[in-house]
Amino acid sequence: MDIKLQQVSYAYSIGTPFEKYALFDVDLTIPSQTYQAIIGHTGSGKSTILQHFNGLLKPSKGQVHIGERVIEAGKKAKELKPIRQKVGIVFQFPEHQLFEETVLKDIMFGPMNFGVSETEAEKRAKELIKLVGLPEETLNKSPFDLSGGQMRRVAIAGVLAMDPEVIVLDEPTAGLDPRGQREIMDMFYTLHKERGLTTILVTHSMEDAAKYADRIAIMHEGKCVLNGTPHEIFSDAKTLETYRLELPHIVRFQQKIENMMNLRLSKICLTEEELAEEVSRVLRKGRDYQ
Amino acid sequence: MMEKMIFGRFIPGDSFVHRMDPRSKLLFVFAFIVIVFLANNVATYALLLAFTLFVILMSKIRLYFLINGLKPVIILLIFTFMIHILFTREGDIIFQLGFFKVYEEGLRQGIFISIRFLVLVFMTSILTLTTSPISITDGLETLLNPLKKIKLPVHELALMMSIALRFIPTLMDETDKIMKAQMARGSDLSAGPLKDRIKAVVPLLVPLFVSAFKRAEDLATAMEVRGYRGGEGRTRYRQLKWDWRDTTSLASLVVVTIILVVLRN
Ligand SMILES: Nc1ncnc2c1ncn2[C@@H]1O[C@H](COP(=O)(O)OP(=O)(O)O)[C@@H](O)[C@H]1O
Ligand SMILES: [Mg+2]
Repeated sequence: MDIKLQQVSYAYSIGTPFEKYALFDVDLTIPSQTYQAIIGHTGSGKSTILQHFNGLLKPSKGQVHIGERVIEAGKKAKELKPIRQKVGIVFQFPEHQLFEETVLKDIMFGPMNFGVSETEAEKRAKELIKLVGLPEETLNKSPFDLSGGQMRRVAIAGVLAMDPEVIVLDEPTAGLDPRGQREIMDMFYTLHKERGLTTILVTHSMEDAAKYADRIAIMHEGKCVLNGTPHEIFSDAKTLETYRLELPHIVRFQQKIENMMNLRLSKICLTEEELAEEVSRVLRKGRDYQ
Repeated sequence: MMEKMIFGRFIPGDSFVHRMDPRSKLLFVFAFIVIVFLANNVATYALLLAFTLFVILMSKIRLYFLINGLKPVIILLIFTFMIHILFTREGDIIFQLGFFKVYEEGLRQGIFISIRFLVLVFMTSILTLTTSPISITDGLETLLNPLKKIKLPVHELALMMSIALRFIPTLMDETDKIMKAQMARGSDLSAGPLKDRIKAVVPLLVPLFVSAFKRAEDLATAMEVRGYRGGEGRTRYRQLKWDWRDTTSLASLVVVTIILVVLRN
């Protein structure tokens, strides 16, 4: 399902003294099955833009195309439920949305709202709890007896249980331990590949953006200022700097190597393997100075 | 969704009303609430309405914004108006449609009660819209100070109030967030039969309570580690100052009261 934003502006509290524009004329197209990262400084409008992807917010100006549906400023948007089923959002700190007596019931809440049968919902819950890395016994516990990290995984399972085609992640690993972060990010990537999902990831981690994304969009003060492949985005350190963003560790490491060995590699490397290969190629060629 | 609600919100500004001392504003509103009940005929209600509009003007808050933000209250108002229209059976019939009869007295009472309600809501909203929660509690604490003599825990009450006021916007934001998260999971608060809607409140309330209790606990810990030990010996950073504005406004209220007493029958 393609998602397309055309000239989208959004103002919070429109028509009151608190009116505040958070998005200005944003154009962004996310083709089906793309892994799209969105990066940007705090307050740049990332969370606001996400809520347009399933009609939680309606643009103040412009249009949002979600598959066949168009949500347009000034027009009433009816029957948003089908969209909400197809576009699952994992909000920041999703553990705050847990409410049921048991983990099982909480995971079943989403699918059952969309008319999935009880047996089917239960089946999904049993698969997903393992997928998010928790033992099956967890299903009978109260979500409020779990640790923060476990609650996060349950909440993620609750969104995946809706079986969405597009999955939107708002800083899904914020506040987790490094290992948990890696596990969850890898899980989303596997799902993305296996199920042919469209994945939209808001993140502060340049490493995650570089590692997983097909395309990276940069938000700055409510505008979408850049959208390109990780190589394009991270080749331009100066521009990143103006948007108060950093390079991934591996690119900074590459710069150090380049300075130390006084050479220029032909391209920006985004993984350790790529960098090692590139360096050894240059060394083998016998110091190809530029 | 919740962002249009203006109940308990504060809009900074520097109008006449904004600059008044919170004590005089509080006295003013309390006195106003009392004198509203003096009105009992067209002239007196008209005066109340005019006076309220004048105060809104002085506060530089747009009337449109005020009405828009008080929509939920206005629904309640229409409801009371309808009750009066439907159930008061006195005076002449001024309108009839089959079984449905509107009596003169019913219409009169309906309009009067609505005006009374409206001016009360407007005045109290003006108070909270133009006074920061901290000033309100400061003012209240100072006004209630004499009651310490009869062992009323004035400081604690004021603190409770300021904490409550402080957390209204936070809770609103939280409600908004959780509501969106549950809507994204297909729960629907605004459609379907009443039974379903009531059911849809549970996924909202449980997380809200959990986070409110957690917040309360965190706040208590934070206060304790910073050595909070009640009002004994505390000094103030903000000093309250009474000036000509306060005297003028209270004087104007006295004048209105006198006119009300003269005009009422
Ligand atoms: N509910 C809201 N009401 C008013 N302003 C908001 C609200 N949510 C966000 N904003 C404002 O919109 C801007 C963008 O916020 P957000 O989309 O949350 O940024 P990000 O997720 O990139 O940190 C910020 O300036 C923020 O203060
Ligand atoms: Mg955000």
